[in-house]
Amino acid sequence: MTKHFFGDTTVLLGRSLRHITRSLDTIITTTIMPIAFLLLFVYVFGGAIKTGSSSSYVQYLLPGILLITVATGISYTAFRLFLDMKNGIFERFQSMPIARSAVLWAHVLTSLVANLISLVVVVLVALLMGFRSGASVLGWLAVLGILVLFTLALTWIAVIPGLTAKSADGASAFSYPLVFLPFLSSAFVPTGTMPGPVRWFAENQPVTSIVNAIRGLLTEQPVGSDIWIALAWCAGILVVAYFFATLTYRRKIS
Amino acid sequence: MTTPNAIHVQGLEKSYGDVNVLRGVDFEVVRGSIFALLGSNGAGKTTVIRILSTLLKADAGTATVHGFDVATRGADVRESISLTGQFAAVDEILSGRENLVLIAKLRHLRNPGAIADGLLARFSLTDAGARRVSTYSGGMRRRLDIAMSLIGNPPVVFLDEPTTGLDPQARIEVWDAVKELAGQGTTVLLTTQYLDEAEQLADRIAILHEGRIIVNGTLAELKKLLPPAKVEYVEKQPRLEDVFFAIVGGKDREDQA
Repeated sequence: MTKHFFGDTTVLLGRSLRHITRSLDTIITTTIMPIAFLLLFVYVFGGAIKTGSSSSYVQYLLPGILLITVATGISYTAFRLFLDMKNGIFERFQSMPIARSAVLWAHVLTSLVANLISLVVVVLVALLMGFRSGASVLGWLAVLGILVLFTLALTWIAVIPGLTAKSADGASAFSYPLVFLPFLSSAFVPTGTMPGPVRWFAENQPVTSIVNAIRGLLTEQPVGSDIWIALAWCAGILVVAYFFATLTYRRKIS
Repeated sequence: MTTPNAIHVQGLEKSYGDVNVLRGVDFEVVRGSIFALLGSNGAGKTTVIRILSTLLKADAGTATVHGFDVATRGADVRESISLTGQFAAVDEILSGRENLVLIAKLRHLRNPGAIADGLLARFSLTDAGARRVSTYSGGMRRRLDIAMSLIGNPPVVFLDEPTTGLDPQARIEVWDAVKELAGQGTTVLLTTQYLDEAEQLADRIAILHEGRIIVNGTLAELKKLLPPAKVEYVEKQPRLEDVFFAIVGGKDREDQA
């Protein structure tokens, strides 16, 4: 880490944020699928789903939709990184006297900003559909904190295909399983109705605890151990993904 | 800085798997000169450039740039060089001016805006400066690319096939820019597969073939390798390039159309 790390990261962050503000369509397309799921499940399937709660289904569904939003959003992070690798600007940066890790960090922070904008859009749509939360400022901050950590963890996963993919499709295809994962969790239906092995998987995979923690915070229910399990999953994925992403990066630039 | 040479390469080797791309490359580049590395596609020209600009590690051999060993003093090498890769490495979504400002900021220079405006003028891009690079022609992109490389006046400039894919007009503009650079004392190492480009620009020419430098000398020295020229009487036909410029007009720049 050199003396210019923060300065260089800021300059490069400014660059990629301009990419986002000049192609707002990427944020809109990021939010289309989660919003479509929201509409489909609330207005088509929702009536038939028993969540064990008297409040409307959108209250139950939103946390999982937020995670799907992040999972679709990070495919653009991989895509943007891939484009930089492909068109040579990445090499130009690497041959310049800048902090080398600044190039990655700028992409990671841009991913965070882009995903937060998408999340705000999805929450606004949910509010229009009747989502309400009496959560305190502290509760919302806790939700924000979990989502930021979740986004960072998934972004560092996205860095790996971004650096190694051979094609643009390959760079973004990795996110499909991540988008699918919430379906095998408590995001759409309570896990109690699922058959044995599926239920075991759903109850022990990260999405369920993260969804339960966010849902608890937004509906002012006690979150219990879920929030700590959720934080542990996010932090764990973050550390492992960061390790492998920087390893891939060092192999790439050495 | 023990050596008067800007670039010193000795016994450079690099292989990818079973393919030996470089099998012992040696050459020197004198400070302030233009050195052309000539070779067909796949001869290893780009590999040499990538090693010298610290993007790739050599398997064996040593290389110093501006007195710094590329293997151990990478950061110092990067302070001393700029690389213009084979494909114009410009940011398409930013404007031309924003690209220049970005690089000036990353080189930690003062007044990045003024530097950008100066270079836009020097490379006849002032009118296009505010436009997104995605609207530029190939020649304009290449000029912007080279302008970005000159920010901060690095003493050593690497140009990897700077005119590949350019039209004749843009090619001559790039040649002029390279000559101007060397005139200011910058050392230029360029690779090319065009013989006339090396002939036009280079003080010294080295031919890289199958991973080795097989010939290295001035144009006059290389010409001596062949038997003395026979005098033949040939009717001089205009070259197609002469015809092209006679018809379209030499100064009719594409970006001013």
